[in-house]
Parts: sequence; structure tokens; C-alpha cells
Amino acid sequence: MTIDELRRRVAEFLAANDPGTTDRTDFLRARYDAGLAWVGFPVGHGGLGADQALQPEVDRLFAGVGAPDNDPAANGIGLGMAAPTILAYGTEEQKRRFLGPLWTGEERWCQLFSEPGAGSDLANVSTRAVRDGDGWVVNGQKVWTSQAQNARFAILVARTDPDAVKHAGLTYFLCDMTDPGVDVRPLRQITGEAEFNEVFLTDVRIPDTQRLGSEGEGWRVANTTLNNERVSIGKGGERETGMIGRVARTWREHPDRRTPQLQERLLRLWVEAEVARITGVRLVQKLADGQPGPPEGSVLKLLFARNAQELSGLEVELLGEDGLRYSDWTMVRPTHVEFTGRDAGFRYLRAKGNSIEGGTSEIIRNIVAERVLGLPAEHRADKDRPWKELAR
Amino acid sequence: MSSAPDLDLLPSDVETALRKTVRALLADRCPTAAVTAMYDGDRSLAEALWPALAADLGLAGLLVPEAFGGGGASAVEAAAVLDELGRACAPTPFLTSSVVATSVLLSCADVDVAREALGSIAAGDRTAALVVPLSTGPDASLPSITETDGLLSGAVRSVAGVIEADLMVVPVRTPAGVAVHLVESAAAAIEPVVSLDMARQLADVTLDGAVGRLALADGEAAIRSGLLAGAGLLASEQAGVARWCLEQTVAYLKVRRQFGRVVGGFQAIKHRLADLYAEVEAASAAARYAAAALAASEDVEIAARVAASYCSDVAVHAAEEAVQLCGGIAMTWEYPAHLYLKRAKADQLAWGTPSAHRAALADVVNLVVGAPPA
Ligand SMILES: Cc1cc2nc3c(=O)[nH]c(=O)nc-3n(C[C@H](O)[C@H](O)[C@H](O)COP(=O)(O)OP(=O)(O)OC[C@H]3O[C@@H](n4cnc5c(N)ncnc54)[C@H](O)[C@@H]3O)c2cc1C
Repeated sequence: MTIDELRRRVAEFLAANDPGTTDRTDFLRARYDAGLAWVGFPVGHGGLGADQALQPEVDRLFAGVGAPDNDPAANGIGLGMAAPTILAYGTEEQKRRFLGPLWTGEERWCQLFSEPGAGSDLANVSTRAVRDGDGWVVNGQKVWTSQAQNARFAILVARTDPDAVKHAGLTYFLCDMTDPGVDVRPLRQITGEAEFNEVFLTDVRIPDTQRLGSEGEGWRVANTTLNNERVSIGKGGERETGMIGRVARTWREHPDRRTPQLQERLLRLWVEAEVARITGVRLVQKLADGQPGPPEGSVLKLLFARNAQELSGLEVELLGEDGLRYSDWTMVRPTHVEFTGRDAGFRYLRAKGNSIEGGTSEIIRNIVAERVLGLPAEHRADKDRPWKELAR
Repeated sequence: MSSAPDLDLLPSDVETALRKTVRALLADRCPTAAVTAMYDGDRSLAEALWPALAADLGLAGLLVPEAFGGGGASAVEAAAVLDELGRACAPTPFLTSSVVATSVLLSCADVDVAREALGSIAAGDRTAALVVPLSTGPDASLPSITETDGLLSGAVRSVAGVIEADLMVVPVRTPAGVAVHLVESAAAAIEPVVSLDMARQLADVTLDGAVGRLALADGEAAIRSGLLAGAGLLASEQAGVARWCLEQTVAYLKVRRQFGRVVGGFQAIKHRLADLYAEVEAASAAARYAAAALAASEDVEIAARVAASYCSDVAVHAAEEAVQLCGGIAMTWEYPAHLYLKRAKADQLAWGTPSAHRAALADVVNLVVGAPPA
């Protein structure tokens, strides 16, 4: 499908659905049904089987007429991670049930992967899912679960076979967060607010129809999620957006604070942000061309994390006396995850998470070194023994 | 902030084929030992290699339009060639003659002498060089050759590609600005100098009442845009240098054993190589974007300077990592890492330093220290 064809479809859609008068949810549902939600997805699931690289243009066309959007910052995990995983491994019925409300934002998602004993070593999760009739009963504890307080569903990795070696005993589920056994407790973080949570799962029931992929295939499915997470964390859009956009604005707004020394550092970071953006554009083009992307997604996440951290640190220095102040330490539970929100101090602190969330930069370096460069794997004491026999 | 154009960053079939051909020829004709020999004064490799690339593969006139007998290709194809030349650390005047001098001549192409020159470059009969120090950036002041009674005089130090050239493209200071003259190399004193990168050996040029043919009376813009194109495309050579350093180092560390195991398995080493991989990937994307921007004549000012400043530093970092991570062997004359370190370090200064490009970028993207430019 060409871009002109897409433009025509958007125009037709807008002629039939006036964004000014149509109810927001109705408008978004209709946009999904018309295949204009994520054009790279298949027909019937919000897309047209088109080149996903054309999506930004479609979004621009909708934004250009002031149409309501699906508030992507409120559902980053749903859009960026759950959706591509459901698309890759879901049954037709699962795709039909979950993708629509996910895209419109009627149902937000969170990610129940990490546990106190399973962070970088995600395959070590000990949350248990035990078969019970036509479903599963889940018990365990998850941690660092962003947006759990707002989520209707979660992607969940749990252990179904403790006798298998650790990567082989996992299964991937779609968990209903309104189940009475789900207890979400805010976990206050470095910024003062509680974007993430601890989640306690006690006899949570999940029907087998909400298992994604086969039993024991959870590690493979989870990797699809993680690769998409790294791509979506790192992928830039337009020039000078994200952290560089924010910090460049601060520079322009504060002529009194500028010095040649800060300028040299800022320009270096501007160039790095632009290069990361170009690398992201090339990745999108490669993916559209059917070339494998995940290693480059990881590369982008490395570049992005360092750039965001250095930029946000520079911004605090640039602001001088004002950099010593902070907007508000009050504990709140935000509805949106925004890396560039609030003030410079917040941005500086929040950016520290960029090299931890979604796989730490050290883990990504391991992955790149081993899978891309073919260097020897790290020593693994836990590889060939049943999970239940491992030291923990 | 103007938005960036959508440019295709994936190689075309033509580009891939060209790259393969150049790589095969260099594998065959450009052994690293012969590059090393250039440091001891043996330039036989350079003398044999350029005719093979220029005439046999027709690369000399790659950027010259077909109407003048050239290849009619774009900056994107030139970038693919440069990337391969960088990987091989090949001593050729492709960058100086076929990119920089050719770009300047293309701006003069409505003058007969310039058209003729382009035709003979494309035919592989002549090789040209812009007579400025290799360190001249697009914003630097230009050297001051002057004209008296129709004859040119003055001296320019550290000119690249002029040893290989028989035709000099000379910026000449005039009361009104800078003119471009063409001068036969035979009419100048060309003194080769011992250079940091002997695979791109520099020479000092002295004109003492030389005859020049005027190609462009008001030539400053042409020279500056030729230098910007040079900087933007040099980025591809730098990406190629960096890629070689990474690949060679990874290959060596997969076999080098210490403490009873392969050294490449130590995490401290793996992480440095992974970081380097990220930089090299990003450098190749930036270089490709600059080439596509030059080919489309869109966003050139930003794209070329971003690529030039980023790829310059990545190439140096890659070469420095290659030396450190390979250990003592990399300090030897025999192991080729030093060729790439010398090339990368010299390239970092070529056609403007990273800092100079970033300083120029500050005006373009409005991140100035003082009042914004009018
Ligand atoms: C802001 C934020 C939001 C998050 N949101 C979510 C979420 O929504 N859902 C979810 O499931 N998880 C989430 N996480 C969790 C995140 O994925 C983990 O924090 C991360 O994977 C690291 O695990 P850990 O914190 O247990 O650190 P650890 O694994 O204990 O790591 C400690 C240190 O050791 C290093 N290290 C560990 N193993 C190695 C190794 N093999 N080689 C070298 N170094 C190593 C790490 O890099 C790190 O520096 C979030 C985290 C943050 C910071």
C-alpha cells in the first residue's frame, strides 16, 4: 500500500467520522476498525498490512486535524510490548479480544516480569502457575511493575515446570489485573513519585485461553517482548525531540546561563542524539524491508540511555541556581510515564532508570557481545540443572 | 528547528554491487604490508592501485555527470567506495580528486576549462587536487595564493592528493574574494612531506609565477561547498576505518588466549567491544544519511556536519580501542592496527575538526552562546 493510498483512506475516514463531533472512544474504535490504528498490523486487527514505516505520516494526518489520539504515553507497555507479542504469538481469538481495546487505550497494560530474585536474570522467576482444570492458579511476587495501578491487563511470565532447566520451565500469560488475588502496592522511587509497584499474586486465576504461546515457551515469547521494549525505548522520531528537544529549549530560554564550555558539551550531545535518531530511522527502514532488527534495537537503547543521562545532567548544570530546586517530592502515582516531564531535576533522576529498565546496559552489552559479535558467553553455573535445584 | 527529510538509508542493489567489486579489488591489490611499506618510502602500491580503481573500475569520474563522460553516480555511491577504501586503508586520491576537486569543478562547469578537466578526470587521464591544507574545513580561512600580472604565486602547506595529481585546483585571493584557477602540477614546486598518515601523504606546494587558467572568478562558495561535501563523505571512509578496527579486534580476541581462556570472553573486554559496536553502527548510519542528503541536496549543512563530527571521533576511538585491546602486538610495525590509527587520527583533522563542525552547527541549529544569528 502506498502513502498516497493511505492518505486517501485517512481523508475518507475523516470525512465519515468528524473528529470534532464524534465521541472520543467511538472515534478511536472506528479508526481501529478502519485499519488506520497501526497500519503495519494485519487487516482486521487495526491495520492494513502496510509498511509500518508509513505510520508516522498517518499519525501526522490525524494530529493535523486535531483528532483525538490514543494517549500513547498512558499505555506504553501495552502499545510497545504487549501488542507486538500478542500479534506474534496470539491465537486469532486472543488478537481479536485484546488488541482493539489495547490500542484505543480502553484497556491499559503493565508488565509482570521482574521479581525480587529475577531482575537481569529474568529466567529465574519463581512466581508459580499451576494447572487447575481449564485454567491456571498463580502465586508469587513481582516488583518494579510500572503503571500496575492503572492497568487492566498484564503480560506475565511464570514458572510452570520447576523440574525443567530454568529457561524451559516458563510460560507466558495475559493476566487480568482486576482478579481479587492481585494486590498492587506503590513503590516510591528516586523522583519522589511511585511510577512502579510491587504486585503480590495470591491464587490468581487465569483461564488457559489467556496463555500466550505454548506451555514451556515463555522464555521465547518474553524475548519478543523484551526486544520490542528495547526498540521502543530507543527509537527516536523527529529531529530534536525527546530529551535533546527539552534541553535545547532550556538553552534557548536562558541566554544568561550560556557559556562556550556548556555549548561544546551540548553540541556534542546534540550530534549524538541526531545520530541515534538517524540510526533509529535506519532500523525502521530495515524492519520494513524484512531485515532482522533486535540487535540494533539494543544498540539504540544503549545510545539513548547514555545520551538522555548526559543531557539531563547538563541541563541541571545549565540552570545553575534554578537547577538546585526541585518541583515537588510529594508521593504521587502518575498516570503517564514521561521521561522528559516536569522539571530538570526530575528529568535527571528519572533518566537514571533508562539504563536499568528493559534490561540494564550491562546486560545489553553482554547480548551484543555474544549474539552480534560472537564472543564467548558468560560463565553459567545454572544452565543445565533443573531450576528447583539451583542455589538462590 | 527544521524537520529532517525522509531519506532512504538502505543500500541499493547498485551500491551493494559496487561495494563488492571495490572490496574484491582491494582484497586482491591492496595488502596491508604494501600500505605499511609506504611509510618506508615505497609508493609502488599507490602507483599501481589508482589506475586499477580509476580506469579499470571507472571510479575516477564516478561523480562526474554522464554528459561530461563520467559515471553520473551520486554521493551515495561515492560513499560506498569510500567506506571500502577506509576498510582497506587504501592509498588513493579518490577523496581528493574524485570527490573534493571534482565537487569544486562541478560548480565551475559552465566554463570550458573546467568541463575539459572533468572530462579528463572521468576518463582517468588526469587526477586533480584542491590546493588547500588537508586540515581546511568548510569555514576556515582559505590560503592566500595571489595573482600578479596574470601569474600565480604563493605557498600552501600540507596539501593532500597533490603528489598523485597532475592538475591543481587553486583558490586565488582577489580583491573581490576568492577565484578558482586551474594550474598544471608541472608548473609548481611540490615537496612531499613526512606525514602522520603516509597512505595519504601530504606535500607543500609553492607557486612562483605559475600560469593559471581561470575557472571561476567568484569561487569561494564553490570551494566551501566542495569542502563540506568532502567532510560529509569522508565520514564514510571513517565509518569504514572504524568497522575494520572493530572486526579485526573481535576476530583477534576470539583466538587470543590468556589465563586458559579466550580473551574476548572477559566481560570487561566484551563490554568495550559492545559499546564500540554501537558506535560503529551509529557512525555508519550517520555517514549514510550524510551521503543521501548530499545526493538529494537536502539537509546537507546539518547532515554533513553531524556525520563529520561524529564519525571522526568514532574512527579515532575505534582505532585506539583496537590498539589497546589487542595489546603489545598492536604496537608492532607488522600488525596493521597502526595504519588505521594513523589514518583515523589524520582524518579527524581533515576538512575540519569535529569541534569546528560542531561550532558551525551551533549557528545552523540555533544553539548559540550569544544572540541568535540574524
Ligand atoms: C524505572 C523502572 C521501571 C521498570 N518497570 C518494569 C516493569 O514495568 N515491569 C518489569 O517487569 N520490570 C520493570 N523494571 C525492572 C527492570 O527490568 C530491572 O530493574 C532490570 O532488569 C534489572 O534488574 P535488577 O533491578 O534486579 O538488577 P540486578 O539484576 O540485580 O542488577 C544489579 C547490577 O548488576 C548488573 N548485572 C547483573 N547481571 C549482570 C551480568 N551478567 N553481567 C554484568 N552485569 C550484571 C546490572 O547491570 C546492575 O548494574 C523497571 C525498572 C526500572 C528502573
